[in-house]
Amino acid sequence: MRLFDSLRSFASNLFHRAEIDREIEEELRSHIQHRADDLERGGLPRAEAERRARIEFGGYQRLKEESRDALGGQFGEGLVLDIRFALRRMAKKPGFAIVAVLTLAFAIGANAVVFAVLNAFILRPLNVPQSESLYGPWRLSSDMSESYPDYLDLRDRNHSFETLAAYNILEAALDTGNDPSRAWVDEASGNYFDALGLKPYLGRFFHGSDEHGPNSAPYIVLTYDYWHSHFQGDPSVVGRVVRLNKFPYTIIGVGPPEFHGTLMFFNPDFFVPIVNHAQFDENDLNNRGDRWVFMTLGHLKAGVTPAQAIADLNSVGASLEKAYPKDDPKMSFKLARPGLYGDYVGRPVRTFMTALMLLAGLILLAACANLGSLFAARASDRSREIALRLALGSSRKRILRGLFAEAVLISLVGGAVGLAGSVVLLRALSVWQPISRWPLHMSVNPDVKVYAVALFLALASGLLFGAVPVGQVLRTDPYEAVKGGAVEAKRGRFGLRLSFRDLLLVVQIAICAVLVTSSIVAVRGLAHSLHNNFGFELQNTMLVETDLNMAGYRGDKVPPMQKRMMDALAAIPGVESVGFADQVPLGDAQPDSNVFADSTTDLRPANAASDALMFKVSPEYFQAAGTALVSGRAFTWQEDKDKPRVAVVNRQFARKIFGSEAKAMGAYFKMPDGARIQVVGIAEDGRYGSLTEDPQPVMFLPILQSPSNSAFLVVRSSRDPEQLGQAIRNTLRNMDAGLPVYIQTRYKTLDAFLFGPRMATISLGVLGVMGAMLSVVGIFGMASFSVSKRLREFGIRIALGAQRRELLQAALGQTFRLLAFGSAVGILLGLAAGKVIAFIVSQATPWDPIVLGGVVVTMLLLGLLAGWIPARRALATDPLLLLREE
Amino acid sequence: MTTQAQLLPGTLDLLILRAVSLGPLHGYGVLLRIEQISGGALLIEQGALYPGLFRLLRQGLLKADWGTSENNRRAKFYELTAVGRKRLQEETDSWNRLATAIASALATQPEEI
Repeated sequence: MRLFDSLRSFASNLFHRAEIDREIEEELRSHIQHRADDLERGGLPRAEAERRARIEFGGYQRLKEESRDALGGQFGEGLVLDIRFALRRMAKKPGFAIVAVLTLAFAIGANAVVFAVLNAFILRPLNVPQSESLYGPWRLSSDMSESYPDYLDLRDRNHSFETLAAYNILEAALDTGNDPSRAWVDEASGNYFDALGLKPYLGRFFHGSDEHGPNSAPYIVLTYDYWHSHFQGDPSVVGRVVRLNKFPYTIIGVGPPEFHGTLMFFNPDFFVPIVNHAQFDENDLNNRGDRWVFMTLGHLKAGVTPAQAIADLNSVGASLEKAYPKDDPKMSFKLARPGLYGDYVGRPVRTFMTALMLLAGLILLAACANLGSLFAARASDRSREIALRLALGSSRKRILRGLFAEAVLISLVGGAVGLAGSVVLLRALSVWQPISRWPLHMSVNPDVKVYAVALFLALASGLLFGAVPVGQVLRTDPYEAVKGGAVEAKRGRFGLRLSFRDLLLVVQIAICAVLVTSSIVAVRGLAHSLHNNFGFELQNTMLVETDLNMAGYRGDKVPPMQKRMMDALAAIPGVESVGFADQVPLGDAQPDSNVFADSTTDLRPANAASDALMFKVSPEYFQAAGTALVSGRAFTWQEDKDKPRVAVVNRQFARKIFGSEAKAMGAYFKMPDGARIQVVGIAEDGRYGSLTEDPQPVMFLPILQSPSNSAFLVVRSSRDPEQLGQAIRNTLRNMDAGLPVYIQTRYKTLDAFLFGPRMATISLGVLGVMGAMLSVVGIFGMASFSVSKRLREFGIRIALGAQRRELLQAALGQTFRLLAFGSAVGILLGLAAGKVIAFIVSQATPWDPIVLGGVVVTMLLLGLLAGWIPARRALATDPLLLLREE
Repeated sequence: MTTQAQLLPGTLDLLILRAVSLGPLHGYGVLLRIEQISGGALLIEQGALYPGLFRLLRQGLLKADWGTSENNRRAKFYELTAVGRKRLQEETDSWNRLATAIASALATQPEEI
């Protein structure tokens, strides 16, 4: 095949160039050496001989270039000519070049971005040695967390892991002498760093040998980043004593720069030994039923398969089940990859990314198809020129090379623009902190792999769409041109080709319509979900997060301090009401508990009436949060530990446990510890764990009856949040300078929950815009092709007095029929896809006149936009010109 | 000191072919051989030899292979190909015809006209 030959020779020239250069260089050097040998024999010292030989040889560089040209510079020269010709042609029709470059830039840019994210999320494993053998046990029907005693048993009794490490994430107040600041901490088991095979950057890590029971290891290992940002990279920091939640801790080392913990993108500030847990949280280290240890993980021993490891873990689990039936019912395991929080985030992210990559690939393919048909249209515009050139003796190879030079040039420029755009976007993504409260960093900076993929895609797509008009050029019969007739390829084959293109265009338009429908649905849904009934009010509410533990308040000192804080905040001018709770709905954590019917006496988990979320709240909480009570009353300040226990439950709880709200009022239920609790009020239902959840049972308990030292103060006020935040901060600082606080508006706290819907909406929106662009290019290509093919016919029609309307119908009728058909198919598919979107974005429904109308109008506008230029061209056909050309 | 003749344009290729026809030579050897067979009358700018060599190589008149020279250095040795041998014959004939014609023209005495 000629095409193949020419490509091969191009490639060999490109890649052998360096080799040829090397050979020339060596030969010329050899010559000079030989001459120098002769001169030396003539009696000159060696150095002088070499100098003379070089002088005699003449202008070395010039001769080298002449030699290279003589050897094979000609192909390169031809290529330069081709490129120059292509550039000239592009400059003559800049519109075409710009459309082509932009189309490719978007398509390749999208692919580069998606690939970079895929690369960072999935292909690039955790930054630890041998991360491919790193697994985390995952308790079936529960999650990855364990209680500390269970962890110790799993660690010591399994035979599959080299060693099993554990860690937990929490916040603590770090006081280095002046202002205490909140930090994200990984509590890690003593073997954590050794299990991962890490070496400290500075100082030392803590080890298993440092653990001697609760609170025995007051050591801090800083991450490299935190060491830089908070200790200015000062090496003398090792050995320094600081206060962590008021307890003295010694900084013993700094981790390696590339290590950011073992939960991908969640970058902790430093590590402390998990045995010191009691100084950070109230969970009991030795309570087997309390599963607070976030994750366990380790390297499988060499030769152990995941299946063997699971069997091994299950047998350990079975023995624990037998020994502790109350705390460890049903203990069986699977293995998960720890980096992306196992399958919680890992599986959806993998699925989402694969789907996205596929979509991006489709978009690139569609872009290539479009550019291919644009190229074909141009080639048929140029068919006369090509036929003439062929008739004048130019080889087909030469003409094809010119076409390919143009295609590859466009694709490379498009690729470069797209890559530049994607780099900007990725940089922004990398510094973006999607959820301000969490230390999330998505390091998706492009690496060599990303650049290579972009280059490959650019070259491949250039060759791909450049190849579309090849058949056309090869079939061109120069004799026809000489005869002076219309130069067109044979009808039959063309008909077939056109119908394939029709199909392609319909598919593209359908995809575009699906994307447009989906993104409008998602946007509407997102807007809707912010006007949702949350079961609390978003407006005019601030959340003040404090952890009294961090400031050294424990046990009985907690409730009075909480009351004092509440009173102090209530005294700030403009504050209408203040309440507090240990956790809030749609907050960081949703603690839950089994509840039992009052008649149940055997309080085993299997006998539970239901599982219910549990919020411990202060008396004025409901008012401050804006949660309406449907019946009954809220708590009073008199309801403390000495009074009978009471609860406010939501309507779903009332219905589920008692059958109806009426039956629930005044009735009793039981907690796992046997405590009887009376329902004194019923609150409206709301959203607690996610924006798309079904109603779930919830109980509110008086915080005075079950104290907690983590407290969110809910402040209701119509004052400007900025000012109010400052006032709150000052007030609390005056009460206790050592108390770190974190203040945000209630709306802002939803970031974490809106992250998914927002990302989905943005992705869909971006893809929708791209789909629209592609459709425009596709329709445009199709319409211009059909116009340029029938220009002569139009000339005749105009000469015969055809109306503009008839002309337009002839020119664009077919294209618009395809558009209408494709849109209809797309909207139908979009309606189906809307259901899928409703899973991510709550209240998203495609059966919405605004959505349907929006899609129809959008598709119509796209058609008009794309058909404008070809239509003008058809109308502006000058019959005289065509006749003259004849 | 012998006066050295300027090389006529187009004759370098012929000289190279001739030099190589007497046996495989490396670049520097070609230079020496031309000097030798022209009795030292023709001196070629050393570097200029190579574009000529490569041109002939690309036209398929010469072939080349790396080897070791008499000075024990790595060098590329050139040989005539069959095409090259044929071309040398043609070029030699045509040069001889030209030279004879020019010589006879130059030798013509006024009385012979």
